[in-house]
Amino acid sequence: MAQVLNVIQRNQASLLTAWMKSMQLGIRRRDLISEAELQSQTEEVLATICSVPAESPLDNLNAAAWQSLREILASLSVSRASQGFTPSETALFILSLKSPVFALVRQQSGNDADQLYASITEIDSFIDKLALLTTDSFIHGRDQVISRQQEEMLELSTPVVTLWDGIVALPLIGTLDSARTQIVMESLLQAIVQTNSRFAIIDITGVPTVDTLVAQHLLKTITAARLMGAECILSGIRPQIAQTIVHLGINLQDVITKAKLSDAFKLALERSGRTVTRIEKTIRPNQ
Amino acid sequence: MERIPILRMGNLLLVTIQVDMHDKLALTLQDDLTAKIADLGAKGVLIDISSLEIVDSFIGRTLANIASMARVLDAQTVVVGMQPAVAITLVELGMSLPGIRTALNVESGMEYLQQTTSPDLSEEADVDRED
Amino acid sequence: MRKPTWIVKTEKLPIKDPNDVVIARQRVRVWALDLKLSLVDQTKIVTAASELARNTLEHGGGGEMEISEVTDGIRRGVRLAFSDHGPGIPDIKLALSDGYTSKQGMGLGLGGSKRLMNDFTIETEVGKGTLITATRWK
Repeated sequence: MAQVLNVIQRNQASLLTAWMKSMQLGIRRRDLISEAELQSQTEEVLATICSVPAESPLDNLNAAAWQSLREILASLSVSRASQGFTPSETALFILSLKSPVFALVRQQSGNDADQLYASITEIDSFIDKLALLTTDSFIHGRDQVISRQQEEMLELSTPVVTLWDGIVALPLIGTLDSARTQIVMESLLQAIVQTNSRFAIIDITGVPTVDTLVAQHLLKTITAARLMGAECILSGIRPQIAQTIVHLGINLQDVITKAKLSDAFKLALERSGRTVTRIEKTIRPNQ
Repeated sequence: MERIPILRMGNLLLVTIQVDMHDKLALTLQDDLTAKIADLGAKGVLIDISSLEIVDSFIGRTLANIASMARVLDAQTVVVGMQPAVAITLVELGMSLPGIRTALNVESGMEYLQQTTSPDLSEEADVDRED
Repeated sequence: MRKPTWIVKTEKLPIKDPNDVVIARQRVRVWALDLKLSLVDQTKIVTAASELARNTLEHGGGGEMEISEVTDGIRRGVRLAFSDHGPGIPDIKLALSDGYTSKQGMGLGLGGSKRLMNDFTIETEVGKGTLITATRWK
């Protein structure tokens, strides 16, 4: 059974040349990867296949012998994903190993058709599995990129700022969906603890619409903040939103609302025992 | 029997809950606290729950009961240090504990209790008025 | 349409006395940590476990809790199953409504835990017992 692998391993050098040759110009993508890098990747993959014991099973990629090959292909796919290759280009890289191996097997088998057929079937499904592995890893790599970007975007969209000692503000901009509101809620509450703030101002001047679900989330945030010992002030409610809130029957009775962020800030200052006063300018007519 | 210690500071009582309370322990705390308030004539109770990883409806209800009972016995209760995750969960659960006073930490909780319970404060205010 | 789910691994715990409720909470916390759920999600599932375990104890006369790690092929999650051979629930809709309680309390147990979890089902038969299954996905 392991004959095929044995044949591959004995002809490593000639196979490498044939494999490089069989890679169509289209999938080489010289714009994305240099010839030297491609050559060294190809060498590495082939060397890894050749380094396993000759009796390793070709039908089971999960076998311990293939561990390092799996790892190499996975990291190769992930790096290709970030280089801008398509999944099929990445799979074709592996699949292009087929024809040189087939040619090699054909050479070795001579006229024994049964032997040839058995070997080709075996190596065919082995290389298919390798190609599928690159596709899986490729998608996994993409997913990681997407989820990292999502996290970064959510972090960007929730800037909690300290206005004064003990007063934080969360200026919300853009449409709020349920997932974002939840993140906003958590980071505001976290900021309250971290900055030890008794007052939190949620300013929704930049929010175009508020639906029932978002309003409920805002109310829950305000209630949770109260349970922690902080007071929330909602500011910047646009007239349309005020209308929606009333039409939807959302009860904002227990929530302190102010028209402008500055009014909310003033209230928070007052409640924490501070006032803002204008310093009288001394008029000096002679100067 | 396992008990949660209650500290006395002047006319205030201080409780720090640090263990994952089973229901009976919570009820024992309720009994002990009400007895202590009555015995010592305490005017304020501060319960620090900053180490609690969860507050379920039973513990929430016990806290609310303690606050109500203390009020009947003429003492103010303030619950301090609830963690954000605990607060979010409690709200989601449907408990907003409207009757309970809260504060961010022991320091601001004590400040609140001293302001609302100190007899010296009203006397000082009188003195100010005479001036 | 509910997606099919598979159980990855599972653990059973008795819910026979009040101390078992504490142990149930601690085990669920360990499982939630293993799955790397966020702190808020951990707190939600542990709180729900506490509510449901107490429910099994007080209304079902004791039973058991099964914690499982489940997957639907894409997501992974923690599933809690509480079973008892108690009196059952005559009116599920009523039992799920806030404020409903058969004993003293605020009646937030079932409805509240439903809000803390993603999937929530009750199978019950009067006189036979109740099985409550609740899942929180990562």
